[in-house]
Amino acid sequence: MDARSLTPRLRLSGITKRYAATLANSDISLSIAPGEIHALLGENGAGKSTLVKIIYGVVRPDAGAIAWEGAPVEIADPNAARRLGVGMVFQHFSLFESLTVAENIALGLGASETIAELTVRIEEIARRYGLAVEPTRHVHHLSVGERQRVEIVRCLLQSPRLLIMDEPTSVLTPQEAEGLFDVLRRLSDEGCSVLYISHKLEEIKALCEHATVLRAGRVVGECDPRVSTEQQMAELMIGGALPTAHRAAPLREGRPCLEVARLTLMSDEPFGTHLRDISFTLRDGEILGIAGVAGNGQKELLAALSGERRAPTAEAVRIGGVAAGLLGPAARRRLHQSFIPEERLGRGAVAEFPLRENALLTVYQAGFVRGGLIRFASVARYARDIITRFNVKAAGIDAAGSSLSGGNMQKFIVGREIGTNPRVLLAAHPTWGVDIGAAIAIRQALMDLAAAGSGVLVVSEDLAELFEISDYIAVLSGGRLSAPKRTHETTVEEVGLLMGGKMEAGAGPAVADAA
Amino acid sequence: MHETEILLAVVVATLRAATPLMIAGFGELIAERSGVLNLGVEGMMLMGASVGFIGTVATGSPILGFVAAMLAGAALALVFGVLTLSLMANQVATGLALTIFGVGFSALVGVGWIGTPLQGIATDIWPGLSKASPMVQQLMLLDPVVWLAILLPFIAQRFIYRTRAGLILRAVGESHDVAHALGYSVLRIRYLAVLFGGAMSGLAGAYLSLAYTPMWSDNMVAGRGWIALALVVFSTWKPLWLAIGSLLFGFVTIAQFQAEALGLDVSPHLLAMLPYLATIVVLVLISRDATRLKLNAPAALGRPFHATA
Repeated sequence: MDARSLTPRLRLSGITKRYAATLANSDISLSIAPGEIHALLGENGAGKSTLVKIIYGVVRPDAGAIAWEGAPVEIADPNAARRLGVGMVFQHFSLFESLTVAENIALGLGASETIAELTVRIEEIARRYGLAVEPTRHVHHLSVGERQRVEIVRCLLQSPRLLIMDEPTSVLTPQEAEGLFDVLRRLSDEGCSVLYISHKLEEIKALCEHATVLRAGRVVGECDPRVSTEQQMAELMIGGALPTAHRAAPLREGRPCLEVARLTLMSDEPFGTHLRDISFTLRDGEILGIAGVAGNGQKELLAALSGERRAPTAEAVRIGGVAAGLLGPAARRRLHQSFIPEERLGRGAVAEFPLRENALLTVYQAGFVRGGLIRFASVARYARDIITRFNVKAAGIDAAGSSLSGGNMQKFIVGREIGTNPRVLLAAHPTWGVDIGAAIAIRQALMDLAAAGSGVLVVSEDLAELFEISDYIAVLSGGRLSAPKRTHETTVEEVGLLMGGKMEAGAGPAVADAA
Repeated sequence: MHETEILLAVVVATLRAATPLMIAGFGELIAERSGVLNLGVEGMMLMGASVGFIGTVATGSPILGFVAAMLAGAALALVFGVLTLSLMANQVATGLALTIFGVGFSALVGVGWIGTPLQGIATDIWPGLSKASPMVQQLMLLDPVVWLAILLPFIAQRFIYRTRAGLILRAVGESHDVAHALGYSVLRIRYLAVLFGGAMSGLAGAYLSLAYTPMWSDNMVAGRGWIALALVVFSTWKPLWLAIGSLLFGFVTIAQFQAEALGLDVSPHLLAMLPYLATIVVLVLISRDATRLKLNAPAALGRPFHATA
């Protein structure tokens, strides 16, 4: 038995993969023991996804060897990986919205079973691991957490010996994440290895026994997360000292700059969320954080606030006291409201346009157009200022939007929207998919803007971020918004419960969560 | 007795008029369910009509004619597949080009065959047809292709919603990236679906030139390919609705002939419009619900697939 447990379940040696100009993986070696929960840590673009795709047979490595339980293997495609016993839960779920849970699972398994037989097995596995899953429901009705459980059940049905989890908790409430960890620990006890990919250090400390840290496609260190501090791991990841963001000015009560009153709006998407009776007030100099799991009405709320969708009445949305509910995005921008959308390319910026033209897109009303003609010199100056102020890594103002990494494009967009000193700034997931260094810079910029007297509304799934920067936190769940609470008067647990849809009826700030 | 005869005649005529739409529409439905929009149905039907006609006259066997027609339709679909699936050309533009090509090429191929007489396949299959009673004669007009068209919606319904192959087809049309990640060969499935669609279009076209009006003339499909395409969309990609739409078209076609025969004082051109108009209007009304349309539409329809790996 000892001899067997010494043979690693999976051993990678010298894995190298090159895409055109970039080396995604360079000479990566790691090994995972049976039953081990192994963390793969790294910033965006560090090469985690490529490595995982290689293990799962989606991508072929240019060089290097893979050994499975001591024997050298070639993993030609995902089917081969599954035959070996590798299961994977993707970051972006690989589920078909219009099919049922059982049909989705059937597509991921072999051909031998009928849906009816499979349904029985799904229920059995779900019961055994305490994963609530209903086989006959259509996926588009499911919450993100439920979808993830479907993916996990699909993997478990194949009795995997290595389970790969790609950023599994980014879409979960804290309570759901705890539930997931229990399942993973249980799998580990049963001898299944887990490769856990994340950049959330506190989770890795809580769950993993071993961590491999990647930076720029290389292994830069290994550690035992139970022993190392978060600070040490973060510095390994970013390859330098961790900058910190801090709130500059104390809070004072400002005048309302964005008021939403009893906003109810039906979604026009088939799988959308209807907004129900949403009210809040954002004041000058405040940051209001809106927490919630994606798909609970964030997209719809942002569209209603930005003006992409009109409110039923003009009075439902007021910007700086002006009834703006029926105004479109450009008119709302004229009231000094800026908007950082969730999708960088496509909505925030045009991929094919150079940065100088992208700079002009939303701020043309701020004096960059005179007599119908663009003042190219001042636009270029504006674009250059953004690049310097936010340390955007780009090949100058003529670089196309698509040539920038996600984090750098986001910094550019944030810079563009902040540069005109808006009275109200709406920021949707401002640091999503952005690496730690850029995220800190963006948070700092939002806080500086608030300190200078603007109102900032941040929609984010990252609770740690919201607790760091917000003055008030409200939770969007099922299209309803909870009453905003002072950040220091609430707790992650309370917000987590609200995210899970437990709106306490009539309970005011008296919720004594002493924990 | 006389009324039953008329009723039977109307039912038979409706079924016959609906047959090409049902068959071509079902082929296109399968292709679209896999996520490929092939606007070349009209062109593929025309190729099927001319090649089927020539094949039958040349060999004397309608079966060989139908087979040749299906091969011709599939060959055109293969061209479309290579262009849009392998070379990732725009599906809409390629499909339109395919129709234009089919119109011209079928006319070129069939140029020496215009006016060549051909007995309908029903007469071929049932030699005693002309001596039978009128009722039996009517029933015998229902040749095997019509029977195929009658069964098709039920077969299709079962295939799409009850079989594993149908499930994979729907999955590929819903999200090719996910299907690829799960290890399904998106391109192979789409090629098969497109080829099947082409063969069905060829069969539908040959039905027109071999059975419905046994002759060849230029552009004889007369827009039925486009109607079949419209039916697929308005039926929200559901075989049973597609069948209802086809029957409606067939019925109004017959009603229009009757109106002309009765000498109704309406321009024949207006009457000729009627089947197309009525079908579109009714189906637009049926599929008015935008949410339902979005829910059932193959989400990856018309989007080229490129394996990013």
